[in-house]
Amino acid sequence: MTVFAHARSVRLVLHACLLMAVVLSERACGGSTAGMSLLPAGNYRPLFRATNDPETQTVASFWLDRTPVTRGQFLDFVKACPKWRRSRVIRLFADTSYLSDWKADLDPGIDKDPQVLSRPAVQVSWFAARAYAEWRGCRLPTTPEWERAAAEGFLLAEGLKEPEFRTALARWYGSAAPEVLPLVGSGRATLHGIHDLHGLIWEWTEDFNSSLVTGDSREDTGLERQLFCGAGSVGARERSDFPAFMRAGFRSSLRSPYTLSNLGFRCALSAKP
Amino acid sequence: MTPTPPPVLIHSKVPFRPHRNLLVALLSGATLLATHFQLRAQTAPAAPASPLRTVDSTIQGSEIAVLTSAPEVPPPIRRRHATKVVVNLEVKEVVKRIADGTEYLFWTFGGDVPGKFIRVREGDQVEFHLMNHPTSKMPHNIDLHAVTGPGGGAASSFTAPGHASQFSFKALNPGLYVYHCATAPVGMHVANGMYGLILVEPKEGLPPVDREFYVMQGDFYTVGKFGDEGLQAFDSNKALDERPTYVVFNGSVGSLVGDRALKAKVGETVRIYFGNGGPNLSSSFHVIGEIFDTVFQEGGILPSQKNVQTTMVPSGGSVFVDFKLDVPGTFILVDHALFRAFGKGALGMLKVEGKNDLALYSGKEVDAVYLGQQADAGSAAEKKVESLKSQMQAAIRSDPKIASLSKEIQMEKGKQVYMQTCFVCHQVGGEGFPGQIPPLGKSDFLMADVDRSIGIVLQGKSGELVVNGKKFNGTMIPHNHLPDDQIANVLTYVRNSFGNTGAAVSPEQVRLIRSTAPAAKAETFE
Repeated sequence: MTVFAHARSVRLVLHACLLMAVVLSERACGGSTAGMSLLPAGNYRPLFRATNDPETQTVASFWLDRTPVTRGQFLDFVKACPKWRRSRVIRLFADTSYLSDWKADLDPGIDKDPQVLSRPAVQVSWFAARAYAEWRGCRLPTTPEWERAAAEGFLLAEGLKEPEFRTALARWYGSAAPEVLPLVGSGRATLHGIHDLHGLIWEWTEDFNSSLVTGDSREDTGLERQLFCGAGSVGARERSDFPAFMRAGFRSSLRSPYTLSNLGFRCALSAKP
Repeated sequence: MTPTPPPVLIHSKVPFRPHRNLLVALLSGATLLATHFQLRAQTAPAAPASPLRTVDSTIQGSEIAVLTSAPEVPPPIRRRHATKVVVNLEVKEVVKRIADGTEYLFWTFGGDVPGKFIRVREGDQVEFHLMNHPTSKMPHNIDLHAVTGPGGGAASSFTAPGHASQFSFKALNPGLYVYHCATAPVGMHVANGMYGLILVEPKEGLPPVDREFYVMQGDFYTVGKFGDEGLQAFDSNKALDERPTYVVFNGSVGSLVGDRALKAKVGETVRIYFGNGGPNLSSSFHVIGEIFDTVFQEGGILPSQKNVQTTMVPSGGSVFVDFKLDVPGTFILVDHALFRAFGKGALGMLKVEGKNDLALYSGKEVDAVYLGQQADAGSAAEKKVESLKSQMQAAIRSDPKIASLSKEIQMEKGKQVYMQTCFVCHQVGGEGFPGQIPPLGKSDFLMADVDRSIGIVLQGKSGELVVNGKKFNGTMIPHNHLPDDQIANVLTYVRNSFGNTGAAVSPEQVRLIRSTAPAAKAETFE
């Protein structure tokens, strides 16, 4: 089976499919923007890009959840959609660790931990996250949207120019994952009131698997120049933006049914023109 | 790796109804199948349909690899055939001590830095299982330099947290190889401690030794300075600039010091498998007080040199060294780039016990006082110079020509003083004024007593005087405002002018008279 044949056209086809899915799921029910911030249109400079892709992508204005989806919110979802309960979920759409830290289908363990409903929902697969977003009337953010939001600092639009922001980033990536995740919103908000893009959990995006990093990041150059540009850091946009590398690397290790104890998601909504 | 979606969806025989949900389902299905094929492509390397393992007939049996933590090494391989070796290596991100009071989040192979030591034999079929602990933040993989294949295994072992990967390789080349994580950003993964050693013994084995040790050097980059307490974060700028905070053996300062030192006995032959994980620095490996009898440079199986003091180990490389212990003591392992050894932690100890051999090394035999030669020579020379100088002065003074020349100078200068001050009363020719001011010319009074003359210039004189048989009564004001050398000069002048002939007067004479005489009051004129 020719994995690399017609690679470029395949990517374009996949992107088209993705966009259609995004638009269609949104039109399902006009989603409310409660708990979301409106991010103005901005530029996204991809960390890795193919040689013919533009250096900067414009990201249209969109709404983004201020915090990741909580277990309480996910509980409402599984109450309303029984096929996404732990005992009933189709194995193809979520691996065996799906909601593994919940006590039961409809019990995230509130007696052991009274604040559990305010902690981020984790151990959810990409399919489950999308299903939740659709149920709520919105969608997952795309990677450019997520990265454009994540580039903002506390006070500046370009967080990497803010020493305090850089220190906070280094601190999180330099410390171990805590046993019990903190409550959502406990981290400091960035420029447009968004919390926890860094320092809490990894997050699903709609097109997580377009990070285009092979298992061996050193060979992301050379022959597959159409698909990849940069081997780890050569050719990448900002060589010292290690968190961006780590996110790109992390996303490319994921598969859609995967569930991880430090991977959750938040929702987005396109801004009406 | 973006695979082609299977054609069946595009050319579907089912009547196409543009129902939204079905469309979304189809599109999700496309993505799902796409990732499914991606999964397939990941786990099976580009290969024939049947699995590799059962095809090779030289492989007999299987075993699970014994993995050890540094400084321990798994035992030498005794079997004489190739086998299937199963390696189970777990990646864990752990907070551990890097120095006293300082902690760091290490990313490890097997829970420690360096990672577990893997020992196989040339020709073995290695089935490698890499597990990434669910508490890990990052995906990880492994590149073993012993592997001949894409990425050294990295492409086939990329593993998300809470998952495991498997791949197999044949150990074609013997030698001591580094392994490390190769996930982006690679430098950061290695800088956090993701490296170790794999030894592929040659078919005939290595020369036997009494003890084997596993030591691996690495450089660490923290936001804080060396010794700053608390949990330290990785500093990417320092790593890019190659300015490490810590350069250590086996993952922490003092890991091989004190009771954690390597231990051996006199008479034993020791082998150190030494690796350098980097990520940046090369190492100048040296054991203080010992010489490497045999060096297997760069981890190759041919002995490359004998009797080596310091051997160069590149980043991502290794060496193993054999040496016999002849005398007891504590031998210090260092990176001979000394500020790393004594300022950043690249220091370990090998404690050797046993009988002394004073002929080989005596220890301190004499402890004596030493005055040094430099001081005596100096003072003798100085004394000599001083005596010569005073001889020169005496010679000058005693030489009438020189003496007369200096007297002439004094007279010239003294004349100037006379013509400014003294002539007013004593007249230009030294005649004086009858009855009041004594003459200076041919004056018996002046020439009789030098000291008295000096005293009169300094303190003045009033009252009756007899000079050359004539009486004089007047007042001479004190001239103690004049410096010593001017008084000496003017007295030299008058004692050798106006018909007088006498010795010169020195400033020392004037100073002596001035210091012993009572202070004269400055004359006030009414």
